Amino acid sequence: MSILAVLEWLAATRWSVALHESVYVWPLLESLHVLCLTIFVGTAVMLDVRLLGVAMTRIPASAFTQRLLPWTRGGFAIMVITGVLLFTATPVDYYHSSSFRIKLILMAIAGCNVWFFHSPHGLES
Amino acid sequence: MIAGRFVAYEATPTRLLARISPWLFPGIESAHLLGLCALGGTLLVVDLRMLGVGLTSQPLDALARAVHPWLEASLALILSTGVLLFMSEAVRVLHTPSFWVKVATLLLAIFYTFTMRRRVAARPGGDTSRLTRVTGAASLLLWLTAAAAGRWIGFSS
Repeated sequence: MSILAVLEWLAATRWSVALHESVYVWPLLESLHVLCLTIFVGTAVMLDVRLLGVAMTRIPASAFTQRLLPWTRGGFAIMVITGVLLFTATPVDYYHSSSFRIKLILMAIAGCNVWFFHSPHGLES
Repeated sequence: MIAGRFVAYEATPTRLLARISPWLFPGIESAHLLGLCALGGTLLVVDLRMLGVGLTSQPLDALARAVHPWLEASLALILSTGVLLFMSEAVRVLHTPSFWVKVATLLLAIFYTFTMRRRVAARPGGDTSRLTRVTGAASLLLWLTAAAAGRWIGFSS
């Protein structure tokens, strides 16, 4: 069974139709997804500028990775959950969207970077 | 009368934007969002610290001082892109309640951040007082409301 067939089945479910046609649920979910970016990307950016050595250089980087990363991870978890839910509203449209595909590819690459960072060869080992 | 002025005012930037590229408006919107992420990060680091979590090993006043230039830079980015976004759909947005909520809350949040919050964060040794926690919570609430109202503009017709 192809991915598209699965997604077409998903698009026809009562859940998907209800979410897709909802007046408030989808906008609220999307708002949560977007606002969570501030937690996820925001804390990641603060860590990154510290790692680049351009900001808050008097604070040890380990403080950032130990104390700020849990928030980054938590934010990411919420983003994944809301993102998956949002996807189920119009799965076929997202499937056909080149921007969405590029987004997923870039996320995978970013994920590789994160994995490398925490691996024995990376900085935070 | 005011709307009339904005109609004339809006016509030029909108047509200009569209003529340059259909990607210009989404591009400005994306820059606005990235500015939001950066601003969120600078605010969160200090507000979480005020609430007693996050970078707790650092004194609050030093942390707030170190972060402040980044707060100003990301605020400058988000405000400038916000003005551009406003210019491109001024008429529609002036009739949207969310816009007014957003602007009011945003002005309040900026004022609060640069006066009370800054003063509370700069007090030496005031890290764990209740005033600090309340200030941090209030800051988060104000900015979150501004951001949510801003997003809701996009959902209003």
